[in-house]
Amino acid sequence: MNTLSLTLHDSATMLRRDIRHSLRRFSITISGIAVPVIMMLLFVYFFGGAIGGGSGAYINYVTPGIIIMTVGSGCATTALNLCMDVSEGIITRFRTMAISRSSVLIGQVIGSLIRTMISIILITFIALLIGFRPTGEPVAWLAALGLIALLILGVTWMGVAFGLVGKTPAGANSLALIFQLLAFTSSAFVCPDSMPAGIRWFAEYQPFSPVIDTVRGLLLGTPIDGNRVILAIAWCIGLILVGYFWARAVYNRGSLK
Amino acid sequence: MMIETRGLRKSFGDHVVLDGIDLSVAEGTIFALLGPNGAGKTTTVQILSTLLRPDNGEVRVAGHDPLREPDAVRAVIGVTGQFSAVDNLLTGEENLLLMADLHHLSRAEGRKRAVALLERFDLVDAARKTPATYSGGMRRRLDLAMTLVGNPPVIFLDEPTTGLDPRSRHTMWQIIRDLVADGITILLTTQYLEEADQLADRIAVLDQGKLVAEGTPDELKRRIPGGHIRLQFADVNEMELATRTLGDGVRDENELTLQIPTDGSVRSLKDVLDRLAHEAIAVEGVTIHTPDLDDVFFALTDRTNIQKGSVR
Repeated sequence: MNTLSLTLHDSATMLRRDIRHSLRRFSITISGIAVPVIMMLLFVYFFGGAIGGGSGAYINYVTPGIIIMTVGSGCATTALNLCMDVSEGIITRFRTMAISRSSVLIGQVIGSLIRTMISIILITFIALLIGFRPTGEPVAWLAALGLIALLILGVTWMGVAFGLVGKTPAGANSLALIFQLLAFTSSAFVCPDSMPAGIRWFAEYQPFSPVIDTVRGLLLGTPIDGNRVILAIAWCIGLILVGYFWARAVYNRGSLK
Repeated sequence: MMIETRGLRKSFGDHVVLDGIDLSVAEGTIFALLGPNGAGKTTTVQILSTLLRPDNGEVRVAGHDPLREPDAVRAVIGVTGQFSAVDNLLTGEENLLLMADLHHLSRAEGRKRAVALLERFDLVDAARKTPATYSGGMRRRLDLAMTLVGNPPVIFLDEPTTGLDPRSRHTMWQIIRDLVADGITILLTTQYLEEADQLADRIAVLDQGKLVAEGTPDELKRRIPGGHIRLQFADVNEMELATRTLGDGVRDENELTLQIPTDGSVRSLKDVLDRLAHEAIAVEGVTIHTPDLDDVFFALTDRTNIQKGSVR
């Protein structure tokens, strides 16, 4: 077997394992989906009136933000999964086997991508039910989905690294909290224009905001700033690269190749 | 030789864990690495199983260098023990099938081996349950079964019975004997002299990163005192009399005890008691101590210290 087909074969095995884990830990999987749904209902029905005027308009503003928030909370699940594998020692077993080294991590990342995508589709569906009215073309929808997938990959690879460096599940979880906080300090819920200068600068240029703004423009058919799109893609690719190389370095630490 | 090391060294910072280890394990034999916690047993296994990079020294596993051909080594080894483990969210059967998939076996072949291993390790009833419901012994058996899915010719067992009850320990011993009967080479680490004695063809005694003795169980036992008889007295006079009668021995004035070296036989015990009875010396209590790991280390490490002293 050559390196590529070995990687594909072993990653598929690891993906099957990850999916089985998601089904076995069904309560955790469900709560991962339920939390963003609750947040959406909270923002639309409780805070929405105060923040955005009529709730009809605000749900259009907030749904892209909730979608990206879901991506952020997927990071914690990935980090926890990896951390459990390390503490149970099964990762060590994999490291003594003649399998593709990266498959252990790739399986987790693809599993997480599938999980988060399912959550996002469900959330979009519920948003449509309660008044979300996107006006974007199908091509724009596909572009938005592609950008979201790119962000999921970035956040998940960071989650893999967090899970490997976090010594305990609590430690891994608190590292992953960074991405949950990023959602709240972005343009997800309110427009950064209303923020004080320094915080506004952070809110505009942190990883989530350019992605949210671009997805919002694509789904609602509003004008999109080209620089924001480039910044969004750059952040996603940056997160993927940092997360991937960091995770790989930690995974191979002390051992050979 | 299936496993060979020459001058193996490993330090973590200032702490020297392995200080020049030479090992040779012949094909189809059990080699026991005997030592207390912190002696370097696990570190040795980690280096041999490609998990750790040695600082210095030559290593060969089935002729392959773990540094240059880690995947060739991984293809011939199986690792079970302290740091190996099972997937707690998969059932016993799914754990074995996961291993079969990772060894790139066909679905039919994977099922066949899983069924055979479940039967062989008495896990048929537990096959559809997750390891969370297993006893300690069952977990170890599943762990070892997972290692065997790939039919590895070399197996590292890192403290395979630590924490097991006596019955599970004996079951595990029988399993290990059966493995070697199939021609598998086993490197076993243990803290128990009895375990090494029961299973191993050769034993190496490891202490603070150095090999202090190596040989067959019989050769080693000849170097270790055969234990001692401990006599308890009511007063100093009786102890004085006993010391004069029996000749050699270690006296403890505070505890009023006398330790007499013995080969552990009933005859030698009877001989000591007969001589005491002949002189009408009153003994409060007698205890017999067979050599344990403490005796082995005391004897072997002490001897090395003396050798060092004479060189200086």
